[in-house]
Amino acid sequence: MSILNSKIPEGPIAEKWSNHKAGIKVVSPANKRKLEVIVVGTGLAGASAAASLSELGYNVKAFCYQDSPRRAHSIAAQGGINAAKNYQNDNDSVYRLFYDTVKGGDYRSREANVHRLAEVSPNIIDQCVAQGVPFAREYGGLLSNRSFGGVLVSRTFYARGQTGQQLLLGAYSALNRQIAEGGVKMYTRHEMVDLVTIDGKARGIIARDMVTGEVKRFGAHAVVIASGGYGNVFFLSTNAMGCNASASWVCYKKGAFFANPCFVQIHPTCIPVHGSQQSKLTLMSESLRNDGRVWTPKKMEDAEKLRKGLIGPNDLKDEDRDFYLERRYPSYGNLVPRDVASRAAKERCDAGYGVNSEGKAVYLDFKYAIERLGKGTIEKRYGNLFQMYEKITDADPYKEPMQIYPAIHYTMGGTWVDYNLMTTIPGLYAIGEANFSDHGANRLGASALMQGLADGYFVLPYTIGDYLAGEIMIPKIDTNLPEFIEAEKGVLNKLDQLFNIKGKTPVDHFHKKLGQIMWDNVGMARNAEGLTKAIKEIQELRVEFYKDLLVPGELKNVNPELEKAGRVADFIELGELLARDALNRNESCGGHFREESSTEEGEAKRDDANFAYVAAWEFKGVDAEPALHKEDLVFETIHLTQRSYK
Amino acid sequence: MADKILNKIYVKVWRQNNATAKGRFETYTVENVSQGTSFLEMMDILNDELILGGKDPIAFDHDCREGICGMCSLYINGHAHGPDTQVTTCQLHMRKFHEGQTITVEPWRVGAFPVIKDVMVDRTAFEKIQQAGGFVSVNTGGVPDGNTLPISQDDAEEAMDAAACIGCGACAATCKNSSAMLFLAAKVSQFAKLPQGQVEAKRRAKAMYAKMDELGFGGCTNTGACELACPKSISIAHIARLNREYLKAKLAD
Repeated sequence: MSILNSKIPEGPIAEKWSNHKAGIKVVSPANKRKLEVIVVGTGLAGASAAASLSELGYNVKAFCYQDSPRRAHSIAAQGGINAAKNYQNDNDSVYRLFYDTVKGGDYRSREANVHRLAEVSPNIIDQCVAQGVPFAREYGGLLSNRSFGGVLVSRTFYARGQTGQQLLLGAYSALNRQIAEGGVKMYTRHEMVDLVTIDGKARGIIARDMVTGEVKRFGAHAVVIASGGYGNVFFLSTNAMGCNASASWVCYKKGAFFANPCFVQIHPTCIPVHGSQQSKLTLMSESLRNDGRVWTPKKMEDAEKLRKGLIGPNDLKDEDRDFYLERRYPSYGNLVPRDVASRAAKERCDAGYGVNSEGKAVYLDFKYAIERLGKGTIEKRYGNLFQMYEKITDADPYKEPMQIYPAIHYTMGGTWVDYNLMTTIPGLYAIGEANFSDHGANRLGASALMQGLADGYFVLPYTIGDYLAGEIMIPKIDTNLPEFIEAEKGVLNKLDQLFNIKGKTPVDHFHKKLGQIMWDNVGMARNAEGLTKAIKEIQELRVEFYKDLLVPGELKNVNPELEKAGRVADFIELGELLARDALNRNESCGGHFREESSTEEGEAKRDDANFAYVAAWEFKGVDAEPALHKEDLVFETIHLTQRSYK
Repeated sequence: MADKILNKIYVKVWRQNNATAKGRFETYTVENVSQGTSFLEMMDILNDELILGGKDPIAFDHDCREGICGMCSLYINGHAHGPDTQVTTCQLHMRKFHEGQTITVEPWRVGAFPVIKDVMVDRTAFEKIQQAGGFVSVNTGGVPDGNTLPISQDDAEEAMDAAACIGCGACAATCKNSSAMLFLAAKVSQFAKLPQGQVEAKRRAKAMYAKMDELGFGGCTNTGACELACPKSISIAHIARLNREYLKAKLAD
């Protein structure tokens, strides 16, 4: 019997959420005024949660490391947000969105959570429209939709190629209104560096003021982690430079289990790596696959000429182009899910058909769409993406195909939460990308925005009440309690330690080394030998880090190097856990591909008999092996099949 | 196409240890930079050398590095976000610079944006303008179906043009009066084009305008410099719409 209690409600799948809401406790308005909630992170999940909780009457303290909540990395999401509105009359429904998401996640997500996500998805669109989000419209004035990978209906709402930006600005505006009214106290340029627990319950955080360097204590009746994913453990990713896992990681070290860290999404359409000085990778929206066709040359000699720059892509006739996604997956074609598209690109490049000088790129070609629809239509749909591509690569995608290659993009794994989004620490919640629950082993496009806003607007504001109803007798948390002082001391010691190593190597060098180990051994294809090697190398890197790190500047001033050092120290530990989880999961599912578990055609082979569970890891010490706890995934509604997009 | 290597460039950058310290320019040499490198990656290379040389690296704001978060904010060779058009500093590439060039890097010079350190500034003033009225006052839940409110495609597109603002501050940094009118106009104009924004239109225009003045931003004299500097090409036509909104609100008083 697992010690994990997912608290999935009884009853038929479509009634679980309604039944649950009817059964959970509600806090009276008079008592909400006496309760405080801390929200860490102000992306879609954090901003929507902070605003909604404040509207309900709770006192909220919100934190972000940027200079404004509007800059959280949700802002960079391009393509869109899914919702089961069925505005297109194409037989979409809550059930179909639920089914697509469970299947897309390769049957490694929790049915009840996903169904709830699909149920609240229409409300998100309504909410955003009411806030003034300028979604794309049809001539008749109604909302427009586009299709996305892994599904057969058009259910994605969008605002040009800046959907994440517009949704975040919507949530940000709601947050601003609460800041102005005094319900939210906003702490920008503050970074959470520890969690404070008292008698086993989350009671506050320690945060570092990134301007003054001061370390401060903040108390609350509940703490919500909405700090995003851990993609930057790979150094190069589509995440922002500052994206980090430290808030989640300190919670892990305080007892919150960390689930399925090996489920990492590698996005198929990113601008390929350029040289060795690159700091981050830029995503080209998946929506481009609606109108772009992916191909590599059919003949090896053409690929060689392309790599040497002797010919260009437009020199190849249609019959010399291998539209490999359409060839391998005729029913979904260019719109297969991300994990499938990424592996197919890697397969072509590994076979020697890559088209850039490094041999690590394939084409995404708009020639056919421009011929069909005209340049104007394509410009309207993707103009900003084409402009971004041209600025970065100096090549014009209206005239020649884009070069793309997979890159680390999103992390499905994260802090383990129950149906209420509470972690294994009472009073500590995790929402949005920071938790693990909804996307299984692979996330469908346009579903991250949906989940972030679902959690923040429509799930957490209900479920947190069930816990806080039991806390109404607890007075304002006193931050002079020994637990706070102890935690603060621990943080100061850690900062001192990092600062005083005074070695020879700046932190970025360690981060790049970690990223290389991860990409080479824990990337798109994994095997037991590589993973074992990675664990050993990461452990060695950790020793090296604490011996040779060089942090310049001052402790009590703006010091980005010190911030990075703290984050990379955590990434090194997280990278090891990620590799351990990948080693444990000897099956291929979603974004996790174990070479030992594949079909003869090279497709992923899932192993439901042995791995239909959530792997939740419990911290046992930096040098000790973590303990594995399994939450069995029970599929009551959807029948498990090998995923096929052929 | 392989990018060329710049063998040597000179970076003349503003150094200031904190808000109250006296600032000064320092010039550093950077060698072997590929023109395919982004400007901020060049700064990374320079910082790495400074750290290895026992010096304090240059503090600058940046985050997404794909031109959308609005965090990066450098004034490069006399231009906000540098010599390229329609890009933020993070999307600026070294192709725009030549061998042996001296590149001057300054912070946004706006009274309402005090320097925090080096070329990093405090843009809290922009937050306060948004908090004064940059929202539609609806709580979560209880809103009508999204399709009950048809909006013409033209209006939605124009609202989106305005909403594309990333809040970087290039407009104010470029304006000779340090005016934040384009930033303010982007928000007011977005809501002015949408039915959702009508209910509070008057209150919004007045409150945001008053907050901008209170924070010490200058007035607009219609030079149009902000539009040219804007990485998202927000048009000054939105300032005209802001003025109409403001006038309508004042006349109704």
